[in-house]
Amino acid sequence: MADLVADWPAPLLYGLGGVWALLVAATGVVAALARRGAAHAGELAARTRTWWWIVVPVSLALLAGPTAVAILFAVVSFLALREYLSIIPVRQVDRTAILLAYLAIPIQYWFVHDDWYGMFAIFIPVYAAAAIAFRLVLAGETKGFIRSAGTLQWGLFLTVYNLSHIAFLMVLDMAVPLPAGGAGLVLFVLVTVALNDVAQYLWGKRFGRRPVVPHVSPQKTVEGLIGGVVTSMAVAALLSPWLTPFGLIEGAAVGGALAFLGFAGDVTVSALKRDLGIKDSGAILPGHGGILDRLDSLVFAAPIFLHYVRYYYGA
Amino acid sequence: MARDTGRLRRLAAILFFTLVARPMLLIATGLHVTGRGRLPMAGPAVIAANHNSHLDVIALMSLFPLRLLHRVRPVAAADHFLKPGFVGWMGRTLLNLIPIDRSGKGAEAVVAPVRTALDRGDIVIIFPEGTRGEPEVLTRFRRGASVLAGKYPDVPFVPVYLHGLGKSLPRGEWRFVPFASEAHIGAARTDRAGARTPMAEALQADIEAMAASRSLTGFAEA
Repeated sequence: MADLVADWPAPLLYGLGGVWALLVAATGVVAALARRGAAHAGELAARTRTWWWIVVPVSLALLAGPTAVAILFAVVSFLALREYLSIIPVRQVDRTAILLAYLAIPIQYWFVHDDWYGMFAIFIPVYAAAAIAFRLVLAGETKGFIRSAGTLQWGLFLTVYNLSHIAFLMVLDMAVPLPAGGAGLVLFVLVTVALNDVAQYLWGKRFGRRPVVPHVSPQKTVEGLIGGVVTSMAVAALLSPWLTPFGLIEGAAVGGALAFLGFAGDVTVSALKRDLGIKDSGAILPGHGGILDRLDSLVFAAPIFLHYVRYYYGA
Repeated sequence: MARDTGRLRRLAAILFFTLVARPMLLIATGLHVTGRGRLPMAGPAVIAANHNSHLDVIALMSLFPLRLLHRVRPVAAADHFLKPGFVGWMGRTLLNLIPIDRSGKGAEAVVAPVRTALDRGDIVIIFPEGTRGEPEVLTRFRRGASVLAGKYPDVPFVPVYLHGLGKSLPRGEWRFVPFASEAHIGAARTDRAGARTPMAEALQADIEAMAASRSLTGFAEA
């Protein structure tokens, strides 16, 4: 056991400890609110319980290493893709192409596990996209072909390709030493983006007046967005020396970028739901909605973060 | 001897539902259940659900605790499920189904084997649409449920709206494709007070109402 602990970088343990402490505190506050019979206490409690269901497996996977993270995110990608395919319109003749789309998940995460960057980067945009389009052609029904090809490929990008970049952070070859390994980079992205969600919501609730995209998400305001960006810059600057190769200023800038990309992903999934006329993408996460409702802010942030790190610090 | 095979069959069914059916439904389709508390935990009772897939029976049976499994009995077409071969074996052994003759002898003849099961205190699963039909499309409920309710005014009829399994394994397809699935359990009805609307129509209205409130999509038109 002592050997195991010694194997983990201390900053990773501190980081995870901080997340757990935050969640313990939140659970306590919510329990106190429930005892006082506060409004929305039930929903807050469900939300906090769901956060435990997210934080415990992610923490264990980060401690267990790259293979565990790849498996965990493969499962998450499967749940997200299934959710997406269950809410968008698909034709019965699309079923085989949909099976191919699911098949892309183990293959993509195998390339993550294998640390094969070239195939990881091109497998879905080149091979999976071509296979799906061609299988739809073989299905022989051209009415609705463009919609099916477009929606299946885009779904793979959102739920599998983009998300798999989080897992690839674990195995990225670096030119500089990382203070907390690849797991530190994953923790940095997840914590910054998750806290940005909360910060944006709170700033927006307190000061929000001008909606950014009124037709998509009337609750998302310029004030909330700016508050989120500023808060995330502070959080990221604080975390950077412990979890990343960034200096303070650079860390703050990356945090601001992650906050903005988180917002962009969030409203993109909102637009998708609004087009379908639904409020939540699913019901698998009580208090949050579906998997996509929770992951929305990572879909653009994860790949762009990986490419930033790889370009400036990769081997 | 008969007693032993009965016990063996029960064990096979329990193993099938524990090791295959429940994990598969949960992992591959994420079966989401609402109103679980409305399920009858003792017979005689009737579960009436819309029907789009062979998986419907398995999903409905998996909602019950294992100790009740041998008392939950789906009604199925004799011509389809009493055939020799794998499907027939599975229907008889694992699902313990009640075979009914759908060759057109009228509702009275069709419900006769169901009456035997209800008299024994079983929980009977019926699909009043009579056939799986087009994926995720509701068709008119047949009279059987009304005839049955007239004979058993005290037996609760529980409507269940199933969604998604018809996309995962529709009629005429053999490949399973994962889609999210849901089971919504409605409030029980009885004919005790001398119902104004026939049971079949009332159940159909219940299931249509649950379907309308969920805004779920079937397959898009090609």
